[in-house]
Amino acid sequence: MSLPPLPASAIELGASADDWRAAVRLAGAALVRSGATLPAYEDEMIRMIEEHGPYVVIAPGLALAHARPGPTVLADGLAIVTLDSPVAFGHPHNDPVSVVLGLAIARADQHLAAVAALANVFNDSDAIASLAAASTVEDVQRIMGVTS
Amino acid sequence: MKIVTICGAGIGSSGILKVNAERVLKKLDINASVTAVDLASLADAARDAQVILTSAEFVEAIGKTFADVIVIENYFDTDELTRKLEAALG
Repeated sequence: MSLPPLPASAIELGASADDWRAAVRLAGAALVRSGATLPAYEDEMIRMIEEHGPYVVIAPGLALAHARPGPTVLADGLAIVTLDSPVAFGHPHNDPVSVVLGLAIARADQHLAAVAALANVFNDSDAIASLAAASTVEDVQRIMGVTS
Repeated sequence: MKIVTICGAGIGSSGILKVNAERVLKKLDINASVTAVDLASLADAARDAQVILTSAEFVEAIGKTFADVIVIENYFDTDELTRKLEAALG
C-alpha cells in the first residue's frame, strides 16, 4: 500500500487563507502544480463541501479535500497545505483546521490502497500536530513516510 | 454482518472509515464485510446492511433505515470506532 505521489511542489507550509474555500483552493492549486489535476478540480472539491457540509474535516484540525475521479483528475496525487492561522469549516467537533490534504484519485476502484496508506499515517494521533508544526517540505515528506 | 460507510464522493473519507473499521473488526474478531459508497448509491448498498458508519452531516440524508447509524467524529481514532462498534454490535 502506498500513498499517491506527494512531490515538493504539492506541499505548501504556513500559508494564509481567509476562509475554508481559500484553504481548499490552496490544496487544489498544489495538486495542479504537481500535475495531478486540472484547475477545475478545485471547484469540484468545494462543491462537495457546499453540497454535503464540512464532513471532509475527518479528524481534529484536518480536512481531507477531495472530489470524485473524473476528467479533471490527470493522475493520482496528494497535496498538503498547512495554515499559519487555522480556519473554520463549520464542523461541530473537528474545527478549526490547520492542515488541509488534497486528494485526487484517478480510478475509483483503486482508491482503497491510497486511503489505507493515509490511515496508516494518521492512525498515529501525533501526525496532524507534527504536520501543522513542520517547517520544511522534507519534514512533511518524512512524517508522511514519503521518500523522494 | 454487512457494514456500509458513506461519504459524498464514495472515495476518500468513506474509504478511510472502511479501512479503519476493518482493522477494528479484525481486532474484535467480528466477521463483517465493509463497503464504502457515496450517498447516491446508498439505497442499494444499505438495503441489507446492519450498520452504517458516517459523519453527522449525512444522517438526515440517509433517512429511514433498519441499520444502526453510527456517527464517527474522528475517522482516524480507532478507539472511538472500537467503542462505537462494540456498543452497536455487542
